[in-house]
Amino acid sequence: MKKLDKHYDVIVIGGGATGAGTARDCALRGLKVLLVERFDFTHGATGRNHGLLHSGARYAVTDRESATECIEENMILRRIAANCVGDTGGFFITLPEDDLAYQQTFIDSCRAAGIEAEAIDPALARQLEPSVNPDLIGAVKVPDGSIDPFRLTMANVLDARLHGADVLTYHEVTDYIRTGNRIEGVLMLDHRNGGEQIQATADVVVNASGIWGHLLAEKAGVSVKMFPAKGALLVFGHRVNNIVINRCRKPANADILVPGDTVCVIGTTSDRVPFESVDRMEVTPEEVDVLLREGIKLAPSLATTRILRAYAGVRPLVASDDDPSGRSISRGIVCLDHAQRDGLEGFVTITGGKLMTYRLMAEWATDTVCRKLGRENAKCVTAERPLPGSEQQSSDSTPVTAGAKASVGRHGTLAANIPASTGSDRALVCECEEVSVGEIEYAIKNLHVDNLLNLRRRTRLGMGTCQGQLCICRAAAILEKHDSCVSRHLGGIRQFVNERWKGMQPVAWGDNLAEAQFTAWLYGSVAGLDVLPPTEEMK
Amino acid sequence: MDFQKENISRHNFEQCTKCTVCTVVCPVTPINTKYPGPKQAGPDGERYRLKNPDFFDEAFKYCLNCKRCEVACPSDVRIGDLILSARLTYSKGKPSLRDTMLAETDVMGSLATLCAPVVNASLAMKPVKYVMDRTLKIDSHRQFPKYASTKFETWFRRHAAAEQSKYSRHISYFHGCYVNYNYPDLGKALVAVCNALGVGVRLLDRERCCGVAKIANRLVKEATRDAEINIASIRKALADGSEAVVATSSTCCFTMRDEYHHVLGLDNSDIRRSVTLATAYISKLIERGDVRLVFRDDYRRRIAYHTPCHMERMGFTQYSVALLKSIPGVDLVVLNPNCCGIAGTYGFKKENYETSQAIGSRLFTEIENVRPDFVATDCETCKWQIEMSTGIKVKNPVEVLFEALDLDATRKANNLTI
Repeated sequence: MKKLDKHYDVIVIGGGATGAGTARDCALRGLKVLLVERFDFTHGATGRNHGLLHSGARYAVTDRESATECIEENMILRRIAANCVGDTGGFFITLPEDDLAYQQTFIDSCRAAGIEAEAIDPALARQLEPSVNPDLIGAVKVPDGSIDPFRLTMANVLDARLHGADVLTYHEVTDYIRTGNRIEGVLMLDHRNGGEQIQATADVVVNASGIWGHLLAEKAGVSVKMFPAKGALLVFGHRVNNIVINRCRKPANADILVPGDTVCVIGTTSDRVPFESVDRMEVTPEEVDVLLREGIKLAPSLATTRILRAYAGVRPLVASDDDPSGRSISRGIVCLDHAQRDGLEGFVTITGGKLMTYRLMAEWATDTVCRKLGRENAKCVTAERPLPGSEQQSSDSTPVTAGAKASVGRHGTLAANIPASTGSDRALVCECEEVSVGEIEYAIKNLHVDNLLNLRRRTRLGMGTCQGQLCICRAAAILEKHDSCVSRHLGGIRQFVNERWKGMQPVAWGDNLAEAQFTAWLYGSVAGLDVLPPTEEMK
Repeated sequence: MDFQKENISRHNFEQCTKCTVCTVVCPVTPINTKYPGPKQAGPDGERYRLKNPDFFDEAFKYCLNCKRCEVACPSDVRIGDLILSARLTYSKGKPSLRDTMLAETDVMGSLATLCAPVVNASLAMKPVKYVMDRTLKIDSHRQFPKYASTKFETWFRRHAAAEQSKYSRHISYFHGCYVNYNYPDLGKALVAVCNALGVGVRLLDRERCCGVAKIANRLVKEATRDAEINIASIRKALADGSEAVVATSSTCCFTMRDEYHHVLGLDNSDIRRSVTLATAYISKLIERGDVRLVFRDDYRRRIAYHTPCHMERMGFTQYSVALLKSIPGVDLVVLNPNCCGIAGTYGFKKENYETSQAIGSRLFTEIENVRPDFVATDCETCKWQIEMSTGIKVKNPVEVLFEALDLDATRKANNLTI
């Protein structure tokens, strides 16, 4: 077994927004940090949600505390993560079948939570957002927006690294190093290097692993009761709307339509699922049905817009700590110092919450860590300090050529580091999402890229209309140039194609099915990938 | 709701399955690296433009609007229309003086025909060409088509209109700017051939330029005004008993049939099928057994037929080819379908000259190898380009018919006593 030489102040488990945010906060406060992720960043719930920059309005009536947290974090993220945020604004619309009286309750609750909410004339709403259901009888304008969770998480990782943090992906924590009632480090499995076992030690271990935190707490011998709640979503082929559309009623299925980058996303459903299923979420025909049926009430043209794929994530719902039966669920942030709660030293769990409040969760977790380490005077600066790439609004930077606009949108000020001097730097790998060879090279060198799936999450490679049909083999060739490992990237291509098909399969009809068939011909019949012997493929 | 049946995209660009055949057939992409190619500029770029119009790229002006991408597309994506519409919607700045002059074919033609000899002599003079090259950026290699002293419309009114009422069936002839201002002989040939087949020819009450040059140069308002006048005139002509509105220019025909609706958004659905090309109209008359053609015994020619891009888009090539093949003395070679590169006013612009000639080079080489007596084609700008680039004469198939037909015998064969 290999042992890392360095002793850390803190090991953060989980490469989602919360884990990355916690690693950043800890690093900014001068701690020696190791961030560990079992697969890739944003592999869990962070990468499988709406990408909605909540104004908090959705929770205003039912959960004042969450609403207030949301609007505060909303305003902070606009400052610190400008490059990850789309300032679209949002509507809460009332349809003829809804109770218009609810609108006033809604507006009052929003204002009480500090959320700007203004009723506007339905005619004006139609003018501002032509895709909205023209039958609407009411509309309230709120400061909703979109947020890109992949960029947000990566920016946190980059900043953590800039401030000295070490980062390991594809390292799964399998157990803890423990002495008596103290956790002193972790045991990890390196998924890349044939499952090598590695030890790392630290004064504090932070469990920031979303729904998997339940299991990681169990391994540490403490109980954090969580309930996996599945949420399914559909991605449409282009932006039908440019303003977020919600229903002005109590939260229900498929009542949010978010425009994000080149697509728009309708969601979600909400169903409790067993723990055994959290690693293989599949979207059912019934879910597709309800998402479309409800979605077209927000924007009727969704009915005749191509659906690219379906996906589902798992919300970590946490039982209120004084109710071990789990009947009372909190949607708020849960930060547990297990020394106080369970008498287990060196172990902190941060969970609950939502993507919107990841920074606040990180702040709470880091406060707890600092208290435990006796470093209370290290103050949190994450509410003020912009993330890498978001140091200035990209709009006032120098004009860029049309081909590079998409990458500036993705990387903000960091796009200046993308090679673009030669024709081949500028040549497109992913044509649907305008990802250049230069951008791929930049990602491989700087953004923890080891395989095609990493590249997708860093750049949007393969996330467009063709779902990887043309770009996978090109990107694999560039990866292969860096490590000369042909068989691994051949396996990677197969893995990528299958992963894309998983999302296309629930909506495989019409143009989408033709696309998938064409991809199957290319990679199966022409390239012969389906007769290739098994190669090393990572989860 | 059965989503598999109902959820079919109505967005034409979403039908693209990214097969990229459009970019493979694009004449510009391999030659001008500034042009992103039809897939990128069309369906791919459309998604980005819906997100943010800033993603529009001025390099789309390098598109020829040849529509070869649309012919190749297996999914019926109107790629050329997407690119053209993006240019019309998002391109910034007003069209330049040069572009306006090139596009305003009616205005320029009307002025030029008033003093044709002077204009023709001037346009051919080296100093004039030099000045136009430097100030207007109209490439000095180009030869402007000569202007006629008498417009076709004037000739028709004076010499042909009266006798047309003697015929029992009629068409209306959309002569277009080229025939009217530059080459009335083609119009005269059309009248003579139709008359010999027993078909009287009328002109539209008001004919304006089809608008193709205005559309290409982003003069949308002006193009729409002309199109509306033409559509109204065509409607009236059909109501007055013309059985078709016939053009001798494939591009005029194509513009009125497809671009009016797809690009300008006008409703031409009631007249579209009645707007056709002369060779298509005549072929169908022959096919139905309505008319007989008698050719001269002494007509012997080796002809190379060039398919204009818009002819290919309309699917009309077969008609012109069949007519030419039916002439006993004709040795016809159908050239490979390559764009000639001029694309209307595109090739006249200094910045496009080299691209234009490079695109056409394959066609020019093939023509030189075939060594025909002349080239036949249905498009006037292809004619200018091929004549300038190969020195070989180019004729419209209607002119070829006129030369090859024994008009008197044909009239007799069609039982005409007029």
